[in-house]
Amino acid sequence: MASVALTNLDPASRAAARGWSDLTIRNLFIIPTLVFLIVFNIFPLIYSLGYSFTNFAANRSEPWQFVGLQNYRELLSDDHIWSNFVITAKYVIVSVAGQMVVGFGLALLLNRSFPMKGLITTLLLLPMMMSAAVVGLFWQLLYSPSWGPINYVFGLGDFAWLSNPDSALYAVAITDIWMWSPFVMLLSLAGLSAVPQHLYEAAAIDRAGWWYTFTRITLPLVSPILLIALIFRTMEAFKTFDIAYTMTTQPTAELIAIRLYKQAFQQWDTGKSCALAYIVLIMVLAITNLYVKYLNKVKER
Amino acid sequence: MTQIELRGIEKFFGAVQVIHNLNLAIADNEFIVLLGQSGCGKTTTLRAVAGLETIDKGDILIDGKPVQHLKAADRDIAMVFQSFSLYPHMTVFENVAFPLRATRMSSGEVDKSVREVARVLRITDLLDKRPSALSGGDMQRVAIGRALVRRPKAMLMDEPIGALDAKLREEMRAEIKRLHVKQGSTTIYVTHDQIEAMSLADRIVIMHEGFIQQVGTPDEVYSHPANLFVAQFVGSPVMNIAEARVADRPGAASVTVGGAPAGFEFPHRLLSKLNGHSNGGLTLGIRPEGVLVRHDAASGYMPVEASIIEPLGSFDIVDLKVGSTMLRARTKAGYVSGPGEKVHVRIDPEQAHFFDTASGKSLGVRL
Repeated sequence: MASVALTNLDPASRAAARGWSDLTIRNLFIIPTLVFLIVFNIFPLIYSLGYSFTNFAANRSEPWQFVGLQNYRELLSDDHIWSNFVITAKYVIVSVAGQMVVGFGLALLLNRSFPMKGLITTLLLLPMMMSAAVVGLFWQLLYSPSWGPINYVFGLGDFAWLSNPDSALYAVAITDIWMWSPFVMLLSLAGLSAVPQHLYEAAAIDRAGWWYTFTRITLPLVSPILLIALIFRTMEAFKTFDIAYTMTTQPTAELIAIRLYKQAFQQWDTGKSCALAYIVLIMVLAITNLYVKYLNKVKER
Repeated sequence: MTQIELRGIEKFFGAVQVIHNLNLAIADNEFIVLLGQSGCGKTTTLRAVAGLETIDKGDILIDGKPVQHLKAADRDIAMVFQSFSLYPHMTVFENVAFPLRATRMSSGEVDKSVREVARVLRITDLLDKRPSALSGGDMQRVAIGRALVRRPKAMLMDEPIGALDAKLREEMRAEIKRLHVKQGSTTIYVTHDQIEAMSLADRIVIMHEGFIQQVGTPDEVYSHPANLFVAQFVGSPVMNIAEARVADRPGAASVTVGGAPAGFEFPHRLLSKLNGHSNGGLTLGIRPEGVLVRHDAASGYMPVEASIIEPLGSFDIVDLKVGSTMLRARTKAGYVSGPGEKVHVRIDPEQAHFFDTASGKSLGVRL
């Protein structure tokens, strides 16, 4: 790499006067980022792997002991943790499926020219740009049993969305769908506009109806980018913490990330929570790997 | 059995009129070529027939029934696109089968029809491949197969071989001709390549700036161009065009081009045929093969100097300076040895065309 000349430094520049080469300048940009990444990402990642094999507790000064795989063994045989995983799985399925359907549907509607298309698209993207904590608080107000607009509009009386154990998780999922459908919509729009117009013309000439064209041409050609949206949203939904934590305290809506947070910062069981974090990480990696394998298969065609 | 008729078609893109009052009747089994430069409205006309483009005025009749309000799918017309437009995610078989499956044909029949078409087009070995693995010529065969497989009322082709290289173009041209002779279906074919048009067409429709310039058999548009545009557009090398003056000489007519000191000798009856057009506003058109060149002097030949020689293999194109204008002559290869050589030239009166300079229209004078 060092032998590759990046650019020719202007000999009259101040950098040249200080005796810097273009490589020096490149390093000035890259090294701080690398240092930052190592200190705040890679080092904690490795360090927490070490903690996950101990009974370390961050709020106590007692010496910690190496406990081997005990944390993992306890976690994997803990019914509570498994119910957290089941809750998370339900949440991921409902919210990601919802986002895919709503997002792709919106993209289909937007994929034509009509007045004020740009403005409408931008407005639809707004939810995605808000802070999750703010979105959580807003939707808490929207869901309010006594005076929330949702119950008013749907005539649901004083139905308590967020404190009803049966509905809390789905109420959070709806909020997540509202917030992240625009992301799927954006990717789908890019995918849809990449389908060449002449293929639709060929299909029209070939006497294909709307549905036939959609299932045989549109969907297959957009599916790689839909899969990418699916990967991103599944990963994110699996890790959901902020929305759910601000919106509800129902145990039926206790996602694995919330369980992890409680373990680490309410019970101060640092070693065990590191182990749980690693279990979650491995699961997310496994799921995304499956997707990526499938994506590559789709792309090969 | 399909006749197509276009009546008074007009089409605007915004404020720009791209088709002006276009009228054309196409007979059953006829191979019609729309020929013109890009932007002349030929592709728009084709797309209007296909139903991919709306028209602002006029009627499109297929077998006597107006179809301009029908969707493309309801006109029962097949089309081959310049970009091939194969479905990239489907195999060749699925591509060819697409128009059949789209209309819910039973799978046994689909299989039979696709294999039959594949055999005719010699693409049977390719049926399991995807379009990305095919050569340009094979892609076009598949695209034609997809159009043929449904036995449409008419075939539309939009520069189907324009994207291929020269050798393949020639091959595919012959193949399209062979298919048309064998399968016989009413065909409208769009191209800017006059050689394609000449070799394929039953009749050529020459378009320019949204107007039809001339409709005729290849021989008619070549031998009897209706105006200066057609004269210069059809034929290669291009026809010589020069402002001409005609003078009455004893027993002959003399045609002077480019203000040359002497004129070319024409039969005396030219004068009566030109009928008053002899002074001013007259343009002579002569194809390079009508400019006759010889080394030694002869009666009726004018001494001139060769300026540029383009060897084209089987023949040469020699630029000759006549007065202030250049006449391009077609000679045997190597006949004129080099620039500056003195030769003698004559215009073959039988191959001369005369046009009205102002309107560009042919005067219809043939000797």
